Amino acid sequence: MNELFARLSAAVIEGSKDRCEELTRQLLAEGAGAKEVLDRGLVPGMDVVGVRFRDNIIFVPEVLISARAMKASLAILEPILAAANVKETGVVVIGTVKGDIHDIGKNIVSMMLRGAGFKVVDLGVDVRVEKFIDVIRREGAHILGMSALLTTTMGYMRTVIDRLKEEGIAARTMVGGAPVSAAFATAVGADAYAKNASEAVEKAKALLGIRATERS
Amino acid sequence: MTFLESLSSGRLLVSDGAMGTELQKRNLPSGACPEEFNVSHPDEVRSIYAGYYAAGSDLVETNSFGGHRSRLAMHGFEHRVAEFGRKAAELACAVRPAGKFVAGSMGPTGDILEPLGPRTADEAYDIFAELALALAEGGVDVFFVETMMALEEAEVAVRAAKEKTGLPVVSTMTFEKGKAGLRTMWGVDIASAVQRLTDAGADALGANCGKGFDEMIEIVHEMRPLTSLPIVAQANAGIPEWDDGRSVYRETPDVMAPKAQRIVDAGVNIIGGCCGTGPSHIHKIRELVDAHARH
Repeated sequence: MNELFARLSAAVIEGSKDRCEELTRQLLAEGAGAKEVLDRGLVPGMDVVGVRFRDNIIFVPEVLISARAMKASLAILEPILAAANVKETGVVVIGTVKGDIHDIGKNIVSMMLRGAGFKVVDLGVDVRVEKFIDVIRREGAHILGMSALLTTTMGYMRTVIDRLKEEGIAARTMVGGAPVSAAFATAVGADAYAKNASEAVEKAKALLGIRATERS
Repeated sequence: MTFLESLSSGRLLVSDGAMGTELQKRNLPSGACPEEFNVSHPDEVRSIYAGYYAAGSDLVETNSFGGHRSRLAMHGFEHRVAEFGRKAAELACAVRPAGKFVAGSMGPTGDILEPLGPRTADEAYDIFAELALALAEGGVDVFFVETMMALEEAEVAVRAAKEKTGLPVVSTMTFEKGKAGLRTMWGVDIASAVQRLTDAGADALGANCGKGFDEMIEIVHEMRPLTSLPIVAQANAGIPEWDDGRSVYRETPDVMAPKAQRIVDAGVNIIGGCCGTGPSHIHKIRELVDAHARH
């Protein structure tokens, strides 16, 4: 079965949707648990995709193709995971802030987090503080991820972070996007800054006290 | 003299600086639709255009970067493409001095094209054609298809503008330097961009936005030997930094000037700015270009 896990990882990296589905079904049929398929097949595959993207070996199109393949597997696994009440790594609410409609980077982060076993509630673009707060409460989110591509909208992250504090919401905050920097993150009071999608996964785990080497 | 005649005469043309940051200075609210300002705040938009011409721009880009229906839809204005686009061009034409040009700006649709995304190439073509026709009706001299990351989208935009209006089309993509060299977010390298945009019929090509004037020097150096077409370079004023509650671009006109000089020396044909640059940057570039012409 080890070889099947490795082949599933490879199918994610290559972005082969059909093989991902096929291998996922095969693994389940041979008795692997859904959580095991996620942790030993999809997660290692997405790790490689994240690192290759970070290192400019692959670019947005290749990541999108891998994401589509991974989603096909997840669609098979999710009902089983839900029925078995398997706990996710953590719950992340994510969105591009009000006034900003850029979502490619944010989508890749969402996808990488899903690939790492997080439950991700993606609120899309142009998200207002009220909406972030409602959903964080409803989902009991551990982390709020915010993205902005524009210098004109990044300031809204502070508005959101200030409101979370005012309302006594404990979710940790992570920010990213082209104009965002570590210094900016500190200035607006965010708990973490991620330079890219791969780092977003590491930082999200760190925020929840999970060491980077752990898989679940 | 038409835009193309002007370029082929060997003149080095100066384009403009940013629109977005200038609109903000005039109180465009964060998150509002910039193209709607053409209709609701025509005096402000016109004064930005006039400010760039006064600073020395040979061409000014219209406030229509996100003026196609796919982007206007984010603000519920998808049915007002023709109105906003035509107005964007008319306002610029109203203050265009003799011998200067108005360039119709068209940015990415924000959609990912098939097979990776939901948008078909035919739909994208129609989206660009609609905006191009509105801008042409408003009187633009040339199109700037800009800030492109995916070749397929850039090609469709160039074709749509050319076929529907017959006007010249300039196309720029946004490159950033990484471990694989200068690439767009889609992984497009400079050689592929030159090849495919040339094949699509672009009359000039180049780069805009990105990390600042330093990287732009490298981009132009890499691109110049690859094409005999005119090259456009429009850099950002560096990467914005957060300072005391607002974003600040560190490449002031004086910091930028020696770098812009190197871009001129590298053989560029149109030079201007992008995000974070304003009339004072353009004024400085104008001085460099005039000094260059005297040599």
